Amino acid sequence: MSTTQSVNESIGKGYAALGRLGQKRIISIGALVAVLAAFSVIVAVQHGFTLFLQRIFDGLSNGFIYAAMAMALVLIYKATTVVNFAQGEMAMFGTFIAYVFGHSLGIPTPLAIILAMLASALGAAGIERVLIRPFDPRNHLAVTIVTLGLFLILNSLAGVIWAYDNRAFPSPFPGRNRSFSVFGANLEWANLFTWLTVLAAVLLVSLLLSRTKIGLAFRSVSNSLESSELLGIHIGRTLQFGWALAAAVGTLAGTMIARTTLLEPNFMGRVLIYSFAAATLGGLDSLGGAVVAGIVIGLVQTMSGGYIGFIGSDLAPTVALVVIVGVLLVRPSGLFGSKRVERV
Amino acid sequence: MLHVDGLHASYGPIEVLHGVDFHVDVGEVVVILGANGAGKTTTLRAICQMIDTKGSIQLGGETINGRSTTEIARRGVAHVPQGRGTLTDLSVEDNLLAGAYTRKDGEVRADIDRWFTTFPRLQERRDQHAGSLSGGEQQMLAVARALMSRPKLLLLDEPSLGLAPLIVKSLFAQFAQMNQTDGLTILVVEQNANIALDIAHRAYVLEAGQTVLTGTADELRHDDAVRKAYLGY
Repeated sequence: MSTTQSVNESIGKGYAALGRLGQKRIISIGALVAVLAAFSVIVAVQHGFTLFLQRIFDGLSNGFIYAAMAMALVLIYKATTVVNFAQGEMAMFGTFIAYVFGHSLGIPTPLAIILAMLASALGAAGIERVLIRPFDPRNHLAVTIVTLGLFLILNSLAGVIWAYDNRAFPSPFPGRNRSFSVFGANLEWANLFTWLTVLAAVLLVSLLLSRTKIGLAFRSVSNSLESSELLGIHIGRTLQFGWALAAAVGTLAGTMIARTTLLEPNFMGRVLIYSFAAATLGGLDSLGGAVVAGIVIGLVQTMSGGYIGFIGSDLAPTVALVVIVGVLLVRPSGLFGSKRVERV
Repeated sequence: MLHVDGLHASYGPIEVLHGVDFHVDVGEVVVILGANGAGKTTTLRAICQMIDTKGSIQLGGETINGRSTTEIARRGVAHVPQGRGTLTDLSVEDNLLAGAYTRKDGEVRADIDRWFTTFPRLQERRDQHAGSLSGGEQQMLAVARALMSRPKLLLLDEPSLGLAPLIVKSLFAQFAQMNQTDGLTILVVEQNANIALDIAHRAYVLEAGQTVLTGTADELRHDDAVRKAYLGY
């Protein structure tokens, strides 16, 4: 037997073993929790509890944003079984609209954000009608390519309209730059409000899906296209609702993070990578999974960048990539996703 | 109510139906018998425009060829597909609510209670995911969900498939009762000719994509060819 052959064989065996490891959900979740807990104990002991808590707070602030963006990705995935690569740029565009409402028209920031969410929902409904609906929803490749095109169009359009300058996005929350101390660690009021806002959005979306008629139609279509047609559900309109809802959630996430990152046409790029990682980790068709995984990814990013020297802030995005590849290898349906998911 | 004339249907380049003619009158139970591959399922799919068709399909005097599946459902055709088509991730109750999606009246709750009374097993499992039900329970759910839309015409695609004989018997008794008490019009395709002919008024035999024989249920039951091919004696 040649060396190449035996190397190939052992790589294959290794991956097969990884796949077996991920077969049971409880084991996957348990393993993840165990690794995170062990890491936490070690670094908390080594570097002190206050710093650890500080990093938790920082990680949560990012994590809740990723959770919101991942939720938007999952909404579109559940509706159309495609990953919307333009989700980040849609959120970026919505954030610019909020900026225009607030900065140029003088509307108070919280109201400007709500209006921008409505505008994004309308815009996304239009995008769905014009660019997505002409394609057979069963033709995933076509729709995926359209979302990639949409990514480029929205990015360039924002560049043409607003140029690539960094702009400060005002905080919508009271108590600017003020913080309070929890066991010696600083927590900004604005961060706490961000968490609460995202949690409220998650609650609202899940109520919308579980308690309303359009929510029922959405769940029905995401379960089975054919059965939904036979029940007289308008597929197009229901998917449009999914796009609108996802865009509104995305814009909310964009405006929450623009406060800290500054606003420019590429500002959602990094956020989107982490959100992809979160959606993959949570299971692309699980809303709850996306939220939990978003928070986990935020924590992993901050902890690995903060405690593992060579990663720092420059290599932090690769952590997201490692998570994506790792999840797809070990447990392709994510922690909370259903097994029949097969396309990414 | 439903008039089908010279129906041709194809999956891509392969034509499966080569001239199917039948009709269903209001208040009737009509059964289409046929072996595997005769085109029974395709006929029902053609009525709901889930595949490409040629020939005329008229529902209540109006041609429905080329309309969307959604629109045909909204015109009062409830289709219980083969494999049942239950929404597996949704609860039993949500499946029933989804069945009533097109309705705007206030009696949806009352109807849910009615089907829960008819199928007590569904009530016991109302909060469970439909995917966790047994085959028989899923068939009950599929039928109840179809009836939640208060259809004018119920299409049943081999409701006996994969079910225990006792369950099949009680299911068909339900169909007969819905036809008699509610005047529900039913078109059922079946391989299980015995039980289907028991509740049917009229029947058609489908062979290799064509209707080859028709008559009242009694006539077909005593037809030699049908007896040999489908009744097994």
